[in-house]
Amino acid sequence: MISFSVWDIVRNLLLALRWTVLLSLASFALGGLLGLIVLFMRTSKQAWLRRLTKMYIELFQGTPLLMQLFLAFFGLALFGLEVPAWLAAALALTCWSSAFLAEIWRGCVDAIPRGQWEASSCLAMSYLQQMRHVILPQALRIAIPPTVGFSVQIVKGTAVTSIIGFVELSKAGTMITNATFQPFTVYALVALMYFALCWPLSKYSQSLERKFNAANRH
Amino acid sequence: MSYHFDFLAPFDYPAVLVKGVLVTIELIAIGGVLGVAVGIFGAWARTQGPRWLRPLVSAYVELIRNTPFLIQLFFIFFGLPGIGVQIGEMQAALLAMVINLGAYSCEIIRAGIAAVARGQIEAGLSLAMTRMQIFRHVILPPALQKIWPALSSQVVIVMLGSAVCSQIAVEELAYAANFIQGRNFRSFESYLLSTAIYLLLAIGLRQLLRLAGDRLFGRPAAKEAA
Repeated sequence: MISFSVWDIVRNLLLALRWTVLLSLASFALGGLLGLIVLFMRTSKQAWLRRLTKMYIELFQGTPLLMQLFLAFFGLALFGLEVPAWLAAALALTCWSSAFLAEIWRGCVDAIPRGQWEASSCLAMSYLQQMRHVILPQALRIAIPPTVGFSVQIVKGTAVTSIIGFVELSKAGTMITNATFQPFTVYALVALMYFALCWPLSKYSQSLERKFNAANRH
Repeated sequence: MSYHFDFLAPFDYPAVLVKGVLVTIELIAIGGVLGVAVGIFGAWARTQGPRWLRPLVSAYVELIRNTPFLIQLFFIFFGLPGIGVQIGEMQAALLAMVINLGAYSCEIIRAGIAAVARGQIEAGLSLAMTRMQIFRHVILPPALQKIWPALSSQVVIVMLGSAVCSQIAVEELAYAANFIQGRNFRSFESYLLSTAIYLLLAIGLRQLLRLAGDRLFGRPAAKEAA
């Protein structure tokens, strides 16, 4: 039997950590883009668009990420597409995070006083112009802390992709456990690595919140 | 495309499906109540508790909130036996849920406590109430009322998160879906059905918590509107 030192375990976990980081970044970027589109539809003047996106958000917030992953993994395969685990993972995480980000940002857009909408519509601005020049620049300030905070949820969400077989940090942890029979050490190390990724983001989000709140205090 | 959908296929094993739904409900019923109880205790400890306890509770909250639920579950189920603590899959799942929800609800409830006006506490002191009485009767009810929607959302999130408990062979809804698709190879249909059931459970749970909130605290929204 080959014996593993703690360093062997850590090294292999760190190698897998890359994929967690990469998947998180991709999901955050793509989810943010899709979320922005959803946000525009969610706040549009067309009632049916608002209803449609409301359903979209309800759907992704009201079902487990694991089920969304399974559906992406098996659903696309039905249409004759070869779906590798990383693609299903990225797809499900993108849709999932877009729903949450859109809803977070909608709260920020709602926080902008109605007068801003009315004033800009008096200037004959179109909806897109209002969003681009008046609403979003102001909403952005309030949106940054919760958005950074949500990135923590994305990093943690990637752990679930191990279940469909994407080899990231969690999956590597399981595989190494099977080889080393040291579940306590391995999972403690895995948890520590997630913590090392997420904790700075949480702290940053909190400090941003304090900073922006201080600016708003009268 | 030559695939023929058979949306009745997931019902091939009705007993498994029903059991799955019941176990999921059991998990969130027990995990939800105990988790919020832990959260209330944690919020008390962080705001009124003895000084030495505060950093411990903070560390617990930070650690749990910054690691994935799946890893917490694996650590409890696979990791603890490694140091000699044996634990069944249902107990492990419940423990993980309580620990997880406890950390989140602690933060949420603490925010509610911070929002209670100081004058209320001073009024309680002037009535010669003890610290514990003030916490129970003056601080906690309005704090819970304020954060009830956030707490409800968190309970729903934990219920949805419980789907990963299928990975340690807890026979809940996701496990049922896996079981059924393993038997009849109708993976898409069985996952679609279980996803729909989760959606219904989430909507139902949210309604239930809203009703509970109305009953416990009156109708805060209606009061504010009036």
